Amino acid sequence: MHPQHWMSVESPGLYCRPADLYIDPMKPVALAVVTHGHTDHAMAGHSHVYATDKTMAIMTTRYGEEMAESTQPMRYGESVMLGEADDPVRMTLYPAGHIMGSAQVLLEYRGSRLVVSGDYKRRPDPTCLPFEVVPCDVFITEATFGLPVFTHPPIEREVDKLINSLQVFKHRCHLVGSYALGKCQRVILALRQAGYHKPIYLHGALIRLCELYQQHGIDLGKLVPVSEIEDKSTLAGEIVIAPPSALADRWSRAFPDVRTVMASGWMQIRARARQKQVELPMIISDHCDWPELIQTIEEVGAKEVWVTHGRENALVYQATQMGFKARALSLLGYEDEQETG
Amino acid sequence: MEDFSDLLEQLYFTGSHNAKSALIIDYLQRTPDPDRGWAIAAMAGALRFDFFKRNAVKQLMLERIDPVLFEMSYDYVGEMSETVAHLWPASASPGAEGLPSLGEIVTQFAEAKRTDVKPLLTKYLDAMTAAQRWALIKLGTRGLRIGVSARTMKQILAKFGDTDVAEIETLWHGVAPPYSDMLAWLEGKADKPDISEEVTFHPVMLSHPIDEKNLEELQPKDWQIEHKYDGIRVQLVSTANGKALFSRTGDDISPSFPDLLQSITEHCVLDGELLIMHGDNVDTFNQLQQRLNKKKPPKKLIESLPAGLMVYDIIADEKQMLTDRTLDERHQLLVRFIERSRSDRLHLSQPLQAKDRDSLQQLYARASDDTAVEGLMLKRKDSLYVPGRPKGLWFKWKRQPKLVDAVIMYAQRGHGKRSSFYSDFTFGAWQDDVLLPIGKAYSGFTDEELKKLDNWVRRHTVGRFGPVREVAKELVIEVAFDAAHPSGRHKSGVALRFPRFHRIRWDKPANEADTLDNVKALIES
Ligand SMILES: [Zn+2]
Ligand SMILES: [Zn+2]
Repeated sequence: MHPQHWMSVESPGLYCRPADLYIDPMKPVALAVVTHGHTDHAMAGHSHVYATDKTMAIMTTRYGEEMAESTQPMRYGESVMLGEADDPVRMTLYPAGHIMGSAQVLLEYRGSRLVVSGDYKRRPDPTCLPFEVVPCDVFITEATFGLPVFTHPPIEREVDKLINSLQVFKHRCHLVGSYALGKCQRVILALRQAGYHKPIYLHGALIRLCELYQQHGIDLGKLVPVSEIEDKSTLAGEIVIAPPSALADRWSRAFPDVRTVMASGWMQIRARARQKQVELPMIISDHCDWPELIQTIEEVGAKEVWVTHGRENALVYQATQMGFKARALSLLGYEDEQETG
Repeated sequence: MEDFSDLLEQLYFTGSHNAKSALIIDYLQRTPDPDRGWAIAAMAGALRFDFFKRNAVKQLMLERIDPVLFEMSYDYVGEMSETVAHLWPASASPGAEGLPSLGEIVTQFAEAKRTDVKPLLTKYLDAMTAAQRWALIKLGTRGLRIGVSARTMKQILAKFGDTDVAEIETLWHGVAPPYSDMLAWLEGKADKPDISEEVTFHPVMLSHPIDEKNLEELQPKDWQIEHKYDGIRVQLVSTANGKALFSRTGDDISPSFPDLLQSITEHCVLDGELLIMHGDNVDTFNQLQQRLNKKKPPKKLIESLPAGLMVYDIIADEKQMLTDRTLDERHQLLVRFIERSRSDRLHLSQPLQAKDRDSLQQLYARASDDTAVEGLMLKRKDSLYVPGRPKGLWFKWKRQPKLVDAVIMYAQRGHGKRSSFYSDFTFGAWQDDVLLPIGKAYSGFTDEELKKLDNWVRRHTVGRFGPVREVAKELVIEVAFDAAHPSGRHKSGVALRFPRFHRIRWDKPANEADTLDNVKALIES
């Protein structure tokens, strides 16, 4: 049966009727599958949650042990059967390459296959398995950077900008705005790979998630909470990472001659970077850029593409030009650039 | 080109003025000629030609992308150069090949035949990174806005050369990109460029309106007092290389006044008021207007309305620049210059004598009655010739405006940010019980008053003619203007100079507004 007859958009989010299952719901529901730990996808308060074990760990770190009544961690490639025993929905998770623990959700029902990609990217990321192409009839893709102006440069090049800047502005504290989950750890890893082995200083909001990554075997090197630094003037020439919301905060005023850096896919648009008074924009994204979105639609090869989460129009148009049946799937509450760009 | 693009990139994201200045100075120190000079010109808005048109860029882009996607992208980015910079299909290794220097790129575009421009642009866009493409498009369409004005650039150059910004100002119009001679001088490697033979504009010195406090404080003996003539401020430049007449903003208006320029044979830079003069007699501003903006003035017009120059300052005498002399000294030199000049079109602006403040007041009263002048100029005798509007050196003391009460008849929407308001008003005066339009005004009211006027117009509309609304003849405004002239073009037979709102008389009944006869009585003979 065509997925349009068993999938719908309800107020909590995308809904699979025969399984009575919500994907990344934004209101508490009975049965939820959570693709990854970003706050625009994962929330506390569901009765029963399916997710990868790493996503579960992120949710527990963020929301506490009580984040759901019951949880069922799943491995990639593992399936569960949902709904009526004689008319089941089979659900399987696959790697999405977005952040640690992120998954795509394959739903199979009455002979048709639908894949919800969640957020995903195609660039190598040492903190998670690469995106896996899963053949299907309907592919639901995100479109966060769904305009042809978005092409993300290699992360190495962007991190070099920061390292060069540290050499030029030896006495300025480089305050890097970065999302707490995924981006922060990826930036740290890229710095380490570029040969930067000095301690990196962290805003309090980033510490627990970095610890979690390290518990999962990802070596982030020496990290120091900023709160442990008595004499803030010693941060001259050092890297401090903070959530974007803290950049213009009181919190940073004690730092010596701050140079504002920001790591985000949005930094590609100059006016946007300048608006946020960023002096050094680093274009680093955990989402696909435009060429990768197109590449993925081609490789997945689903007859039908539903587009959500971002600039749907252009991608719908493009997919249609490429010969796919495409439409925008309007999901409420999913437009949150602040948290995950 | 890479360095220039990097510089722009850094400047773009740098907020503080000092940091920008440091970046530019660093660039000037490590970049050779002519690149750095072209960079200065580009940033200061002093490039004299477009390399290519915005539209050409757009066309090339549309050959490479679906127009719908282009529109969506443009819509999102909000700016053409950046949209194209990102959308342009990247080569396998952008920026890897090594680009020509900025100077070479400028030369190539300057020398390119029309048909070669697009291929040249394409070649570079193909080879560049997005940031470099952005820089090239901004450069080539002269659209660089990175928070560095021409004025700021001059200050930066002064800092770079450890000299005074006034030095740069005086030189600025006499030097041209890529400024190699000026930069060599700033670095102490050459003499100051000699611009005495250049037929070029020298930035003028401007005055401030005088206020009560200035008047109370000034000692008449320290000031040179002159009439403020009712013409236009010009600068006359004459060297071995040619002659020109510039407006006070530096526009070359020579073609309209060949008679005046032909009469000059000396090497000089003069500052004065352009007037229509019959011998020593000054004609009205109205007459002067007939000669403005005429690229090829007819011989008859030139003969009937001869142009003259009321000279009040001398900036260069022969090759000698006089800007660092006091007004007193310059005046002596000017008197001698005019005496020996062979031109019959040069007239000395005669200083007036006032021994104390009372006699100064009398001078002002007389000047206000004199139809050929519009008040007094007061200039400190010890003032050097300082380009710009320095404080406390030169004052203008304009006579009080004339006022009439007129009735609003028509209203029209304004332009730009005022386009949603009715802000252009036609007003009239009574002839018996008929109103005849005598002028238009669109200034002199506050934003608050504009809102009230707009509201009033909308509620009192009695007719529409295209964009114009006719309104009920009920609202009186006090109109201020500098002079009234007879006019054959207006049905009322009178034209006002610089009419503007003085007050809105919400209280005054329309039938108590002025009559046309009242207005005509203000015409100066
Ligand atoms: Zn998301
Ligand atoms: Zn996400």
